[in-house]
Amino acid sequence: MITLFIDNQKVAVKEGTTLLKASEKLGIEIPTLCYHEGLPPYGACRLCVVEIIGEKKNRMVAACSFLVDEGMKVLTISDRVLKRRRMIVEFLLARCPDIKAIRDLADKMGIKKPRFKTKNLDCILCGLCVRVCNEVAGIGAIGFVNRGKKLKVDTPFHLASDVCIGCGACSFVCPTGAIEMELDAVKRFRELLGIEHKCRYSLMGLVSYKVCSNNYECWRCKVDQRIRDSLATHPIFAAKKIKTEKVNQYFSFLKKIQE
Amino acid sequence: MKFNKIDKILEKFNMQKSQLISILQDIQNEFNFLPMEVLGYVAEKLGIPFSLVYHLATFYKTFSLKRRGRHLINVCLGTACHIRGGVRILEKIERDLNIKSGSITLDSKFSLEVVRCVGCCSLAPVIRIDDDTHGRLTQGKITPMLKKYE
Repeated sequence: MITLFIDNQKVAVKEGTTLLKASEKLGIEIPTLCYHEGLPPYGACRLCVVEIIGEKKNRMVAACSFLVDEGMKVLTISDRVLKRRRMIVEFLLARCPDIKAIRDLADKMGIKKPRFKTKNLDCILCGLCVRVCNEVAGIGAIGFVNRGKKLKVDTPFHLASDVCIGCGACSFVCPTGAIEMELDAVKRFRELLGIEHKCRYSLMGLVSYKVCSNNYECWRCKVDQRIRDSLATHPIFAAKKIKTEKVNQYFSFLKKIQE
Repeated sequence: MKFNKIDKILEKFNMQKSQLISILQDIQNEFNFLPMEVLGYVAEKLGIPFSLVYHLATFYKTFSLKRRGRHLINVCLGTACHIRGGVRILEKIERDLNIKSGSITLDSKFSLEVVRCVGCCSLAPVIRIDDDTHGRLTQGKITPMLKKYE
């Protein structure tokens, strides 16, 4: 066990835990955007920045990926930390002013209007969707494209992906709701709400509802299972992320059919 | 065929995923650019996602996904060349070849690209055609120089 001090509170954790997990144990909240429990830490958003008191100089590190050390002294709400976090949120707010997750963060930190030129984007480039597609689903249908200010998440050559299995994991993990599932896909997911893990082929209507010729053991089922284990929920619930407008449209559409 | 050459390149690097950048460089030397189907073939052969190969190919400026001409003209518009009139050199070349930067001539002889600093600012303004560097240029030197290239 390793003992360290976070905001002058003593805590003992196992070797190899991150600062974020250690402060979670004390009940100290550190804001994050690119962190997800089902995925290895990445350190892209830098929102979880904390200050480590050193002998000569204090260091600023990302709490989500920095490992604990014996006798370490950490500050999670020092002036320097708050200043840096405010700056990051201000940049994010300038990038995507309409996103609720960012707005909430900005409100918490008392930022009303960013000083910078505003863009109207959805994606904050945290890389969660790319990582979940690569590491959890093991598909790699989407990836980063270009670099610098042209960086975006896209499929190769902006074509409809032939490897995507429509699991909806990318949409589920997205903190801003930039990735939406298409309505047809949601329809299939919605029919299955309440029923747990099911074969993807039966979702698509390729095999009859309760019979699977592969005994539910093909790789697509395994992908679903892995997503379920890692994200602690089924990608079906990605449907909840869809904007309410679209869901309402969908419901009115259903009503029309019933009439 | 196309893919035989790629197989040779892949064998040269022992099908190692970590050598992806070198593989792409060799393919670019072979074809002058990175064709779409070749990228897909490489991803399939190495067993890595297509999106990763595409990410690398778009990340580095050396790689081009568009077709390039037989000769690549790099016009430097770094700070030194910009001050010494690199823009005027670029305009002259654009007029001579009748294309804009980032495109290719109709006979696919030249393709024209703008770069930031080729690392010899004392020769400013500089352009680079394939591997030859031409420095201290004026607009008058451009036309006879381009005629030398087949």
